[in-house]
Amino acid sequence: MATKSKKTKVTVAETKVTHVKVEEGLTVALLKEKQKQLLDAWMDAQTNNITLREDLISIEDLRKQSVQFFNALVKAINSGNLEDISTPEYEPVNKILTDISRSRATQGFTPSETATYVFSLKDSILKFLQSEYTKQPDLLNTEVLLISKLLDRLGLLTFETYARTREEVILRQQKELLELSTPVIRVWDGVLALPLIGTLDSNRTQVVMQNLLETITETGYTVAILDIAGVPTVDTLVAQHLLKTVSAARLMGAECIISGIRPEIAQTMVQLGLDMAGVKTKATMAGALEVAFEMLNLNVGAKGKLKNEA
Amino acid sequence: MERIPILKIGEFLLITIQVDMHDQLAMTLKTDLTERVNKTGARGVLIDISSATIVDTFMARILGDISAMTHILDAETVLVGMQPAVAITLVELGMTLADVMTALDVEKGMELLRDRIGIAKEGAYARNFER
Repeated sequence: MATKSKKTKVTVAETKVTHVKVEEGLTVALLKEKQKQLLDAWMDAQTNNITLREDLISIEDLRKQSVQFFNALVKAINSGNLEDISTPEYEPVNKILTDISRSRATQGFTPSETATYVFSLKDSILKFLQSEYTKQPDLLNTEVLLISKLLDRLGLLTFETYARTREEVILRQQKELLELSTPVIRVWDGVLALPLIGTLDSNRTQVVMQNLLETITETGYTVAILDIAGVPTVDTLVAQHLLKTVSAARLMGAECIISGIRPEIAQTMVQLGLDMAGVKTKATMAGALEVAFEMLNLNVGAKGKLKNEA
Repeated sequence: MERIPILKIGEFLLITIQVDMHDQLAMTLKTDLTERVNKTGARGVLIDISSATIVDTFMARILGDISAMTHILDAETVLVGMQPAVAITLVELGMTLADVMTALDVEKGMELLRDRIGIAKEGAYARNFER
């Protein structure tokens, strides 16, 4: 204890010259001496915290993560830099924190719960600093401020990573939704059906086209029924998209039939002067299926009652 | 000079494009094919582009031209095996090749040609087959 105060007395004279050195002395010294106690105290604080989510992460895993992060942080602080977390010495810390934040985001933690992780460490460190250096309130003050700022920055980093990860999840789900909502169904030997549901924008058209064409290649089917009963509005753009799909399929040797055209849509198409010539259209999927059978030269009827072929 | 081989299958001529066609090759093909159709009296032409990963507007136009020319020479052309990516690209470029017959593969292409040309007419078939 005596040696410690002597050290600080000596370095006080250097305060004006190398401000950083003094702070480095306090927290770094604390970390050197009380690393294990600090870690234990932090773990205690975490497990006793009401925001602990044992359902999402086990205490074992929590401990492992915390040890990793803590050790990396100690190393970084030991470098003397407590201000800038974008420097190379903070890279391992940032990486660990980013990974933790990401996994929390995907596991379903709230953003606060994720940030609290770092803030709980700040609490523990500050408590320790206060108990160790009650006799040096000025130094304690500056030190507390510095450490506070550092851990606040790290806390914000977790928050930002969390937000970014959630966005990525949303984007990925959107993409999946897009793919799921454009199924290509093999409705008969040689006939594919695409029930299009929802608005048909250029993005979805691309997906629809790709799905359709790939399935045509895969199955060798040559008739595709595009049912648009589930498409709420058909304007010139949507019609263009549909015609593109029809043309692309035709280039590959498959014929498209558009079905599910509601009366209002038919009206709109005529009013807009849309040229649907060259595209077979039917009101219902059933009607389209009949046309498909015709195209494939199939005679489909009740057992024993098929019309004699000419 | 490179040439695309033209094979004879019964009454039909079969062309498989296995290399990325550059302009000169395409034009040579056009000439070769029309000569061959004339010489053999073929009634149908199958152009298989299933190996072509790149088909630009020039190529597409040449294919359209070939189809029109053979039609004048009383032969029908069918384009077979277009890859999905190529189909999408051509459509986006506005080349729908609406006047060209297409089929999924060579087999279906031949079926289509037989339907079109009416092979059922035994006489015509036999006559051409002997040539």
